[in-house]
Amino acid sequence: MGINYIVKKLIASLLTLFAITFVNFAIFRLAPGDPVRMMFRDPRISIETIEKMRVEYGLDKPMVGQYFSYMKNLCKGDLGISFWQKKPVEEVIAERIPRTLLLIGTSLIIAVILGTLLGAIAGWKGGSKTDSAIMSISMTLYSVPSFAFGILLMLAFAYHLAIFPLGGIETPASGYHGFRKAMDVAHHMVLPAFSIVLWYIGQYIIITRSSMKEVLSQPYIMTARSKGVREKKILTRHALRNAFLPLITITGVNIAFMTGGIIEAETVFSWPGLGRLFYDAVMKRDYPLLQGCFLVFSVAVIVLNFVVDIIYGKVDPRVKIGGKAADA
Amino acid sequence: MRDSYKLTKIKDFFAMFFSHRMGKWGFIIFCFFIFIALFAPLLRTVAPDASGDVSRILQSPDKISWLGTDDLARDIWSQVIYGSRVSLTIGFVTAFITVISGTFVGIVAGFKGGKVDEILMRIVDFFMMLPHLPLMIVLAAVMGASIWNIVIVISIVSWPSTARLVRSQVLSLKESAFVEAARCLGAGDATMMTKEILPNVIPVMFAQAVLMVTETIYSESVLSFLGLGDPTKISWGTMLHFCFESGAMSRSPWWVFPPVICIVALIISFSFLGTSISDILTPGYKETMGY
Repeated sequence: MGINYIVKKLIASLLTLFAITFVNFAIFRLAPGDPVRMMFRDPRISIETIEKMRVEYGLDKPMVGQYFSYMKNLCKGDLGISFWQKKPVEEVIAERIPRTLLLIGTSLIIAVILGTLLGAIAGWKGGSKTDSAIMSISMTLYSVPSFAFGILLMLAFAYHLAIFPLGGIETPASGYHGFRKAMDVAHHMVLPAFSIVLWYIGQYIIITRSSMKEVLSQPYIMTARSKGVREKKILTRHALRNAFLPLITITGVNIAFMTGGIIEAETVFSWPGLGRLFYDAVMKRDYPLLQGCFLVFSVAVIVLNFVVDIIYGKVDPRVKIGGKAADA
Repeated sequence: MRDSYKLTKIKDFFAMFFSHRMGKWGFIIFCFFIFIALFAPLLRTVAPDASGDVSRILQSPDKISWLGTDDLARDIWSQVIYGSRVSLTIGFVTAFITVISGTFVGIVAGFKGGKVDEILMRIVDFFMMLPHLPLMIVLAAVMGASIWNIVIVISIVSWPSTARLVRSQVLSLKESAFVEAARCLGAGDATMMTKEILPNVIPVMFAQAVLMVTETIYSESVLSFLGLGDPTKISWGTMLHFCFESGAMSRSPWWVFPPVICIVALIISFSFLGTSISDILTPGYKETMGY
């Protein structure tokens, strides 16, 4: 993988980043209607107050001037003040990020491991009853929105069986420390993580199955078989390793799509992360906060895509050759 | 001659479609929802948004309200019936808009090539990289809640995938002999795009349209669940939003299950339809099935 490849990807990512800051600026200003009127949907607000708000948020200045001051503030890491929390938006968001990372990281790891395993089994036993059972289940799982899973899980396990908490990230005012606190958080995470896993797992099963089937039809598998290598060894040594490749790409391609699951699950289970914050910002019509959340989600997606591209370039030999050819 | 050939092809298609297990079941469930949506005024018991008697708030299913009532004593059965109209309308209209606009961009980009292609594909890539649900939420929140705004919001986010798919088809079609022949006969770009290319991407458009309906129904339910649905047109997602926000979820399972089951059933029916159609359109399927 040449340095050229990395630089090219980096420039593309930076351009996208720039375009996103512009979109983020434009959506909230070019929208139909007056932004201040929309923020405060209360007919009792006097015209003077609205005018004062306009000056305070710099909305009375020309658009170009507004854009430059927006970019200047953004570079300083200033995302404005949240109406609802009465705190700087960047502070509100920073507090939420680790919680979302914890939830999405856990769910993603479980979904990838279980998904590849089931997908590999389905591909290995291609055409059998096990295969078609796994496939129809995963297609069904993939079609169900994760908020629907969330609601059903909540009704069953939190309300009726009462073995898991209804929501939140820890027992309020429990005074737990260290290990007990970690266990408490894990206990709270089971249901939201499960509703995300159920939604993610389908695509991993489908993709591993198809790449497994493809790998199994390759000549080197036949060679191994004719040399008398045991089936189990073929599966672990030859097939699985090569079936893993598309997983990296699919994780990259689907990152933009996956943010949905997080928002849904966090909303249902009041997990105090970025997804729930997004929902609260919508409900409270807190526009600076909404703008900040959207920016953070977009930046995260771009950064992750860049990382995936780099990993893919390292793992897939074909990119290496392509990169070298481009270098020469 | 050509017409009779086409007829057998369409007949073949339906024969294959109904012998495909997923296709058959998807179609049955889909017809069921179409029936409900068409005959909603006959099937309802009361108007879906009519508040009932205060004494009947959160009433469990009984003889008057077959599926119980919500926290404003509105009839759940009637809401569910009318909800199918919202989901299906938004699904079909949005799929139509996205497939038409995506196909237009895809054909132009693939056929023209060069700078036009590069610029259009950069825009497509940009849209595909944006986080979908957050973008839809932000747009819907800014534009305000109405059915048409939801259609616009979902269309903005979904057209690029169709554009990319159609473009890749056009790239291979462009090299084929009949396009070359048309070019030699002196056909202009516009003629070739509409007369030669377009008819050949219609199968892809059809498969993509089914996929888009699935994704749209999905997105609509999520947006409405997050409180961004049209408050005057109750959809299944909106019902779940009100149920969730009312805090009565645990006490009123009759309010939760009908919309959840409907959302899931409708989405699954469309993904079954989509799978069977793409199976049938895959070259080689016909031979393996013995048609």
